[in-house]
Amino acid sequence: MEKSTTAPPVSFFQRIIRGRWIGKFMLAAISILVTVGIAFKASQSPALFFQQLINGLQLGFVYALIALGYTMVYGIVRLINFAHGDVFMVGAFVSYFAIANFQLHAWPSAVIPEINPVISLVIGTISVIFLAMATCGFLAVTIERVAYKPLRDAPRISALITAIGVSFFLEYFGALPFVFTSNFITYKRPFEVTTWYIQNGIHHLEAGVEAPTGSVLFSNILIIIIIISLLLLASLQFIVRRTKVGKAMRAVSYDKPTARLMGINVDGIISVTFAIGAALAGAAGVLYATAYPQVVFWMGITPGLKAFVAAVLGGIGSIPGALVGSLIMGQAEVLSAGYISTPMRDAIAFTILILVLLVRPTGIFGEPEREKA
Amino acid sequence: MSKRIFTLIALLAIAASMMTGCQQKQTEIKIAILAPLSGAVPTFGESTRDGALLAIDEWNAKGGVLGLKIVPVVEDSQCSADPAVNAANKVIDVDKVHYIIGEVCSSASIPMSLIANEKHVVQISPTSTNAQVTLNADGSVKPYTFRACFIDPFQGTVGAKFALGNLGAKKAFILFDQGNDYVRGLAEAFEAAFTAGGGEIVGKETYVKEDTDFSAILAKVSEANPDMVYLPDYYNIINLVTAQAKEKGITAPFMGGDGWDSTDLDRAAADGGYFTNHYSEQDTRPIVQDWLQNYGEKYKKADGTAKVPDALATLAYDATNLMLAAIEKAGVDDPEKVKDALAGLTWEGVSGRITFDQNHNPIKAAVILQVKDGEIKYVATVAP
Repeated sequence: MEKSTTAPPVSFFQRIIRGRWIGKFMLAAISILVTVGIAFKASQSPALFFQQLINGLQLGFVYALIALGYTMVYGIVRLINFAHGDVFMVGAFVSYFAIANFQLHAWPSAVIPEINPVISLVIGTISVIFLAMATCGFLAVTIERVAYKPLRDAPRISALITAIGVSFFLEYFGALPFVFTSNFITYKRPFEVTTWYIQNGIHHLEAGVEAPTGSVLFSNILIIIIIISLLLLASLQFIVRRTKVGKAMRAVSYDKPTARLMGINVDGIISVTFAIGAALAGAAGVLYATAYPQVVFWMGITPGLKAFVAAVLGGIGSIPGALVGSLIMGQAEVLSAGYISTPMRDAIAFTILILVLLVRPTGIFGEPEREKA
Repeated sequence: MSKRIFTLIALLAIAASMMTGCQQKQTEIKIAILAPLSGAVPTFGESTRDGALLAIDEWNAKGGVLGLKIVPVVEDSQCSADPAVNAANKVIDVDKVHYIIGEVCSSASIPMSLIANEKHVVQISPTSTNAQVTLNADGSVKPYTFRACFIDPFQGTVGAKFALGNLGAKKAFILFDQGNDYVRGLAEAFEAAFTAGGGEIVGKETYVKEDTDFSAILAKVSEANPDMVYLPDYYNIINLVTAQAKEKGITAPFMGGDGWDSTDLDRAAADGGYFTNHYSEQDTRPIVQDWLQNYGEKYKKADGTAKVPDALATLAYDATNLMLAAIEKAGVDDPEKVKDALAGLTWEGVSGRITFDQNHNPIKAAVILQVKDGEIKYVATVAP
């Protein structure tokens, strides 16, 4: 249809307000400024810059595991599961009790005393992670059955409010003196931290020795987080893309009534989705508590929110988007803390979100919303 | 007419009886102990009461003050404004007390101080740290109110002195929570004293209390390569930061304030760190050792072993001793004279030699403790 010639001419100012290019322009201007600023400071101390990148990587991978749960659940039931961050907290606590009270991380050497301690520790740590994942998966299915399923046909806002209610329930139930207590508890790591530094090759840093100036440090925690995150991501991608369950999940996400007509057990698939998302959050809880060794009942709130932002940034509903969004969040946080201002780190991270959404409302990998069902 | 004469006689009789009442020999002097025995922090209240009562017992054993027997009046003030006001009014109006030890909490001590100053009753708060306890809103000092503990920023000053003198630090890095008055107060005082003493602040970073990832900040600490890091926060932040600092190869010692003083401090992570505190039971001064022994003899745990006095009991003991010493110095049971005596008093207390500054805050030494091999060790006593 041709535009009517009688329409009032659109002023330049109105075009700025209406067009998205104000967002694009601001994004471009701010990103150029920030890049130049960081590049300038990075050139003064490249080692510090690389150190910050590594710090951001560690944070980003943990966010990714949480963000996946948000994105999967949203992709299938269009529900922002605000209780997800608290499931993450439960995962951290389960692993804490498994390690501190039951020495689960050392069970192979308790069963077979002559086993290689390294192998024992690897098996033990994996057992701890699996226990946390299983508990969280079970918890999430219970929550889904009790709180979300009866509301599946209710307006979306009801389910959202319920999710917030579940979140508060998990937090304050956890804070009860006979559950997790409201204390800050020092987390006992399943393995000792070993640090290496890079300076003309990779060297081991002895405990209590100062790191040489101009070196870049990394620890076994970083390596373990990256390996476990990538393994879990690969398995998730495999489940979603290559298995029958995955195919059913995708079908449910496209069109629930039709999927049901095709003989797919929609409720079962939704439960599986919640379980998988929560299991990833449980693993994230273990890794997060290992990296930042303290557990407390409200520990899930901030990481949960950041991971949610990361999922939206990457395009909610998209699995690669969750990973990319989380890595961007991790770097944004650490680089803004490192180069701009520490108290502003969250403000900056959320500003990035706003700017990206101004330009791409569906996020980086997001597709335009399909209005179905 | 006869009626009027009768009234006159009656009035004279009353006046005469009052005169004789005054002339009657005073045999006792009352000291009120207002502490939170119920409410949010009852353990604070019990320690405070026990410390104060022990001081009164000791004075009575020596013959009291000015030859008068000291009678304690204990009231529950619940660490809260309304009960504190009621308790203060009750002891002043009903029990006719002229001297108050209390309260523990600033939120209760402040309203109590208004009553004490209005009714001219001398008050010493053992542990309230808020500046408003001894100061009016316009910054003028409340003449009848004193405190026995040092106020928050003082710990920063002492910490800086220890870092410069005992640790020989030249370059310090400060980490603090911008949103916490206690933490910021200590950090600012430390910075002022450290730079005034010839040290250099090589970096200053802030965080928020929800932060768990300190890697970005610690990378900057590592880059700045300071001799020590000042982190005057509570134990939960200390646990997180020191654990991550160890992984980042930071060997410079951490230092903080009495927020570190908790059984939940992660002693493995914070190993090698220092903090300032009111007193240490490992202090070898005889007055401290006597205090420990007497307290342990008088107060027992449920299983019959001797109790170890905490900082609250110690400060209540010092506060009561200060009050009684001031009465003795004044030589008369008159709050007007006692408050002047108190302002000019020097007293050797368990928590150090105490004198008062113009704002009625004590000038006294703080102890420096070190976290070492899973223990909290007494290192030094540092005077301001």
